Amino acid sequence: MASALFFYLFSVLAVAAGASVILTRNPVHAVLFLILAFFNAAGLFVLLNAEFLAMLLVIVYVGAVAVLFLFVVMMLDVDFAELKAGFIKNAKIGALIGGLVLLELLALVGYKGLAVSPVMSPTSPVPAGITNTRALGEILYTKYVYYFEGAGLILLVAMIGAIVLTLKHRQNVKRQSISAQVARGPATGLEVVKVPSGGSVIPPPAKHPEAAE
Amino acid sequence: MDSSVLNVVLPELILAIGAISLLMLGVFTSNGEAAGRTVTWLSIGLLLATAIAVFQGSGSSLVFGGAFVSDGFTRFLKIVILIGAALTLLMTFDNFGRAKLLQFEYPVLVLLATLGMLMMVSANDLIALYLGLELQSLALYVIAAFKRDDVQSSEAGLKYFVLGALSSGMLLYGASMLYGVTGSTGYATIAAAATIPEMSTNIGLTFGLVFVLVGLAFKIAAVPFHMWTPDVYQGAPTPVTAFFAGAPKIAAMALLLRFTQAALPGIAPQWQQIVIFLAIASMVLGSFAAIGQNNIKRLLAYSSIGNVGFALIGLAANNTEGTAGVLVYLVIYVAMTLGAFACVLAMQRNGRNVESISDLSGLAKTNLTFATILAVLMFSLAGIPPLAGFWAKWYVFLPAIKAGLYPLSVIGVVTSVVGAYYYLRVVKIMFFDETAEGFSPPEGRTFAVMALSAAFVVAFVLPFVGGTVVDAATAAASVLVPAHP
Repeated sequence: MASALFFYLFSVLAVAAGASVILTRNPVHAVLFLILAFFNAAGLFVLLNAEFLAMLLVIVYVGAVAVLFLFVVMMLDVDFAELKAGFIKNAKIGALIGGLVLLELLALVGYKGLAVSPVMSPTSPVPAGITNTRALGEILYTKYVYYFEGAGLILLVAMIGAIVLTLKHRQNVKRQSISAQVARGPATGLEVVKVPSGGSVIPPPAKHPEAAE
Repeated sequence: MDSSVLNVVLPELILAIGAISLLMLGVFTSNGEAAGRTVTWLSIGLLLATAIAVFQGSGSSLVFGGAFVSDGFTRFLKIVILIGAALTLLMTFDNFGRAKLLQFEYPVLVLLATLGMLMMVSANDLIALYLGLELQSLALYVIAAFKRDDVQSSEAGLKYFVLGALSSGMLLYGASMLYGVTGSTGYATIAAAATIPEMSTNIGLTFGLVFVLVGLAFKIAAVPFHMWTPDVYQGAPTPVTAFFAGAPKIAAMALLLRFTQAALPGIAPQWQQIVIFLAIASMVLGSFAAIGQNNIKRLLAYSSIGNVGFALIGLAANNTEGTAGVLVYLVIYVAMTLGAFACVLAMQRNGRNVESISDLSGLAKTNLTFATILAVLMFSLAGIPPLAGFWAKWYVFLPAIKAGLYPLSVIGVVTSVVGAYYYLRVVKIMFFDETAEGFSPPEGRTFAVMALSAAFVVAFVLPFVGGTVVDAATAAASVLVPAHP
């Protein structure tokens, strides 16, 4: 009873938030609604006993992807009115093609039915007694270690690529060297000047401008 | 995990750990250019060491739950890929040195791309296939745009990336259908499921097959999925283009061979008709579209499209001889392509590379050696006996004729005659046209690749060169399709 209640709560909120994403005029609000939709989808996963997927959805989609969206929306100057004008201009062609594809799909389902029966069941039984996070962890680093390491190498290539293609080593830019600052002692930071009587102290040129206060 | 598994994947381990170590070496060396030079030399050494490790392997073994296979077929192709990658790295020094591109990241990315290719060759599972393909492709997108201040190079990288992502999406869509229908991502289980009689009319299986083949056809640049090739080949820096035209094509062909013959032998007639169409379309477009080209890199791009079409003829035959023919074709294709690109790299005046075919005008009078080498390679690409290019075509046409694919063979022969026109035009321009300003003498390492390639092409007719390659290819192919007569 309680789970049915929660199912309808999460579902209604998810659908409503999803609709608001495309209906709201303010793009920042749209991203916030998207985050709400993600949270409700995560709730649905918890109801299905798939708590690992729920965590993943919150951490990856809400934590990273949605925040990235928010950055893009706020930092890039996208003219949404112009985008919308283009959308309306091509709406007829889009509707035509979309309608055709829909018709084709309906015809296919009507003709063949949806029964594409798998030869073997692709689902494996839920492991008893342990959480599915642990069950995944137990095979990810043993049975599937090859895939795991392969995916790791792909991410390494992505990182190298991003650095190679975008990082520029600019000259004449002051950089902070923390080790140099920490290693700075009385010997390098202090200079004892012998002041001749009647003379004046001519301040030597500051070696570390950020340290001179 | 016991040590026997590590033994099987030893070449991949050497390459992966070596690439990461060289990355660290490059990052912690302060002098950029010197680091680039050192890391490139070390990378060449690493590739050769990996090739030796591959050569040491024996027998056939399946590890990681059947996802990774190592047998005679994979060893043959891996050695070709590793040698091809090492030779392309050898050609980068001069060109990249002048363009101030000699950074250590380039050889490291080439190493990681090569690792992806080895994973592709050994893939015996749809997930392993995808991971290898993506590791290779991602590194290739980056090196296509490596000359990042150049508009053409950036355009090449972006175009390759967007279209490559699209094709990966298609491939994954097909893979998900195959998984949904057969209940497994492993080739063995898919093959078992596909041989059930009622499966041959299953919509899911057919759609999955079509989508995966579309994705793979994009990677080997078979028509009609070739549109990216001329632009990417022209835009990318020439050493990068030389790399693109060689090793990645072999890896993708290996993937195609194993996927069709190991995972889906049960529905062979279905994929055969697709392969026949791809072969015909590639040969026709490759030979006709190249006629009007003035840029030699674009010409070679169309030539590579045509060559893929010829190689696919062997696959369409669907027997051991045909597969062996594909392997022989790939070896000869790589040798000729590397030589041709070495020649393109050597086309330079006053420290600048020129790429137009008219720049070759009258080369025979200013530099006869260069002109002779390029002429030999062009004759070979055109398929003139007794050069290697003729034997490559011989070994793919013969099984196709034996398998009764007469229309395909006739179209192949006709298009190869059409293709001969534009190869021979280059020779005519070099030997009989008015003399243009001569090129600077080729740099030693580039010249070595040119000479090596030309020597291989000429010497292929000798039994101890050509015979060795053909015997090795036949042995490798018999591992893949033992069931066929």
